[in-house]
Amino acid sequence: MEKVDITCIGCPMGCQVTVELEGKEVLSVSGNSCPIGDTYARKEVSNPERTVTSTVFVEDGEKVRVSVKTASNIPKAKINECMEAINKAVVKAPVAIGDVVIENVAGTGVNVIATRNVGAA
Amino acid sequence: MYDVIIIGAGVTGAAVARELSRYDIKVCVLEKGEDVCVGTSKANSAIVHAGFDAAEGSLMAKMNVRGNELMTDLCRDLDIPFKRNGSMVVCIHEEEKEGLQVLYERGIKNGVKELYILNREECLEKEPNLSDKVVAALYAPTGGIICPFMLNIAMAENACENGVEFKFDTEVTGLSRKGEGWVVSTKKGDFDTKYVVNAAGLYSDVFHNMVSEKKIHITPRRGDYCLLDKEVGDLVSCTIFPQPTKLGKGVLVSPTIHGNLIVGPTAVDIEDKEGTNTTAAGIDDLIAKANDHVKNLPMRKVITSFAGLRAHEDAHEFVLGEPEDAPGFIDCAGIESPGLTSCPAIGEYVGGLLKEKMSLKEKENFKKTRKGILDPTSLSVEERNELIKKDPSYGKIICRCESVSEGEILDAIRRPLGARSLDGVKRRTRAGMGRCQAGFCSPRVMEILNRELGIPYEELTKSGGNSKLIVGRTKEVEA
Amino acid sequence: MTYYDIVIVGGGPAGLAAAISARKSGIESILILERDTELGGILNQCIHNGFGLHTFKEELTGPEYAYRYIEQVLDEKIEYKLETMVMDITEDRIVTAMNKQEGMVMYQAGAVILAMGCRERPRGALNIPGFRPAGIYSAGTAQRLVNMEGYMPGREVVILGSGDIGLIMARRMTLEGAKVKVVAELMPYSGGLKRNIVQCLDDFGIPLKLSHTVVNIEGKERVEAVTIAKVENGKPVPGTEIRYTCDTLLLSVGLIPENELSKSAGVELSPITSGPVVNESLETNVPGIFACGNVLHVHDLVDYVSEEAERAGASAASFVRGDIKESSGKVIDLVATEGARYTVPTTVDVDRMPDLLTVRFRVADVFKESYVSVYYDDERIMHNKKRIMAPGEMEQIILQKKKLAEYPDLKTITIRIEKD
Repeated sequence: MEKVDITCIGCPMGCQVTVELEGKEVLSVSGNSCPIGDTYARKEVSNPERTVTSTVFVEDGEKVRVSVKTASNIPKAKINECMEAINKAVVKAPVAIGDVVIENVAGTGVNVIATRNVGAA
Repeated sequence: MYDVIIIGAGVTGAAVARELSRYDIKVCVLEKGEDVCVGTSKANSAIVHAGFDAAEGSLMAKMNVRGNELMTDLCRDLDIPFKRNGSMVVCIHEEEKEGLQVLYERGIKNGVKELYILNREECLEKEPNLSDKVVAALYAPTGGIICPFMLNIAMAENACENGVEFKFDTEVTGLSRKGEGWVVSTKKGDFDTKYVVNAAGLYSDVFHNMVSEKKIHITPRRGDYCLLDKEVGDLVSCTIFPQPTKLGKGVLVSPTIHGNLIVGPTAVDIEDKEGTNTTAAGIDDLIAKANDHVKNLPMRKVITSFAGLRAHEDAHEFVLGEPEDAPGFIDCAGIESPGLTSCPAIGEYVGGLLKEKMSLKEKENFKKTRKGILDPTSLSVEERNELIKKDPSYGKIICRCESVSEGEILDAIRRPLGARSLDGVKRRTRAGMGRCQAGFCSPRVMEILNRELGIPYEELTKSGGNSKLIVGRTKEVEA
Repeated sequence: MTYYDIVIVGGGPAGLAAAISARKSGIESILILERDTELGGILNQCIHNGFGLHTFKEELTGPEYAYRYIEQVLDEKIEYKLETMVMDITEDRIVTAMNKQEGMVMYQAGAVILAMGCRERPRGALNIPGFRPAGIYSAGTAQRLVNMEGYMPGREVVILGSGDIGLIMARRMTLEGAKVKVVAELMPYSGGLKRNIVQCLDDFGIPLKLSHTVVNIEGKERVEAVTIAKVENGKPVPGTEIRYTCDTLLLSVGLIPENELSKSAGVELSPITSGPVVNESLETNVPGIFACGNVLHVHDLVDYVSEEAERAGASAASFVRGDIKESSGKVIDLVATEGARYTVPTTVDVDRMPDLLTVRFRVADVFKESYVSVYYDDERIMHNKKRIMAPGEMEQIILQKKKLAEYPDLKTITIRIEKD
């Protein structure tokens, strides 16, 4: 049996929730003071996901970088791989908000999209 | 071959350089820093002392009083602000009153023109925020406030315009005899000169001791300061001193020429000549001491704290002139307070000395005036709009807190001995000197320095040397 | 002198929302004055997500959130000037602004909306001892350099202050390849959102040291090391020092509403929020000058800034049109005490308030299982239990006009935090 401690982010309370696991099966959730903690903790131990935001190099733009994000959450374990792809990406201006900058980043099935406009220089 | 090499581009070196630039000789200033005004000259109380403090008959007293006299005309010629706001030495115990009398008499003997002893009521009438404990004060209307950066920079610029060479990032490493003159060794090569002026501040003992057997010894005496927001710059109008002690004039509270309030310095003898770090104990100490003689000190309004080092010679006296055993080597050593006040007089003294020794003749084309960086806030709206029409960069504010325009920053970079770093810009224009302490404007000023001087971002510095501002780019795709 | 019905100082989230709301209230002549090169204000550099959950029911990044409003400003053809610095505002609403193209220009405004935002507290305000080398940045300055200009301020980082910008920058610097060694927080609790602590620090194994502060900065040219120590009763505890070698110190030690212009206009400021004192219409003591957003009080969420700015915009529109409701002159004071630090607004004119008036406030400490109590003079009329309240998050109560009308002699409404 494995024990994982998680801080719930459901509210400022920040309950320390303990999840007992047997392999991938959740045996118990304790320490939470409301159902939000239970749901959050189960999700965090099974499939934690995050949105990644960063910037991408812009060629011939009025700005040198364009801010980007993963269009939806990606698995937490893929953050580094996602950043590697973002760090190598180059996009040519103009870029519009919502434009796909990287398709299917790190094999997650999620695109990296621009979060602002960058006009051509 | 130079006629004179000056070691150090602080206020003393710059004052000497300006005096020597009156004559038709080859003068060079060697500075280990990246700019003028980077040592003791940049971190002090910014006070022009009246001259009642130094021992009667001392060089300190003589230079102080003379420097004070010269300051008005000098600042006018150099187009920098100077204000005789008056100094007050406040006493808060009856038994200290005798001390005031001693200062008064010493001041008169030193040649201070106006001095008054004020009773409690007179004190409070002048300065309502003095401590309730105040019993009397010595009042010197000739005491003043000045911007040490501006004074230093203006004297250097004026010297430069009159032909003096300045070499920065050029640390002097050795001095040796060559005939009647000297070879000055630096990290950037050797220079021959007939005379050397030692204006090396904290390091003036090092150079003196290279050439003279009559050793001197400088102790860095650290002073912590707090600078307060302009919002509270009018807490006092005079410079308020406590009674002086063995370690110096004590913690003063004063408006600055730019309208801030300055509180400091402490006095702690240290060993490190670069030890300009503030300490928690120092700051606590100065707050406690300042509260002794001024009430309602709004320490919540501190915008920055810093420490300066005074070049304290063991004898607590300026060491000026030629050591007997080192002809051709002119000391300006041990220049601690009242060094800022004294610098015009020291310049005059060294200039006079060398004039006599070298039988110097004044050039015909010596230009004694210098135009400062234009302060657009001194203009009427019409004049300002005229200026912006001619040069739109004056219409763009870079530093919000001090309201400094791009035009002023460009001027600071483009003029003789122009700024090459963030601090260089700051000391010339006050950009970054305000309440946000460069939070907003530093990326903007970096951009201007990059554009104007072609310095790559990675090489831009806060104050020269290795004080790099950024370490690289965010994305590896960019080579 | 050119006349505008409404001049808005600042084109960030507050200024944009105020402008749109004023336009929707029927005001044609509106001018936004923005000092930066683009609209959007600080949101442009806040490229992380988490904005707009309340307003748009989705998670946006800062630039995306800003763009939703910028688009509306463009669609509505609301006039704005960029790279234009407001130099002065007078009590009779003459706004002097300056830019490269036009020089100094004066505008007579029917109403002025202050939306200048806030600035970061610098190192100096904390008297952090040590040297003053390169490599000390406020978190927001670093954020601008990294996110907008593409420069890395450092590689090995210590962060002082666990406000949200500090936490966000810990993650940003880490993702960009820097090593964030520790985040030190003076208070025994973080001023940031729990979610940011988890996703910006815990995710990357960055330690958060509560009740710690920086006691020394080493390095004469560039930062070389930073020492932190535990703090008890406001003083560092000797023997608890930990030294971190690093090249960068980021400071996230508080935000201060930027009210220099407000002061020049004679606007009265609250010593607690450092923002203007306003009434139910978000109007300052100077008639026709309104305030909203972080210049009024520092907000936790931009969604609340937008909401507040919409109210300011609508109020300014009413003022300009001269259709402010008749008032009997009865004004109720709002007082925050015993755990509540301040309220915005601080006065309510019952005749002029909307049917429901949101009053925002912050608490002074972390309160668990406590009550937000509202007193009408001495009578407790509201007693709401909250599981947790923290200084980092804004709280609110809603006043009902109908209910207040039942208390014709009411002088003061007091908000207290009570244990039971």
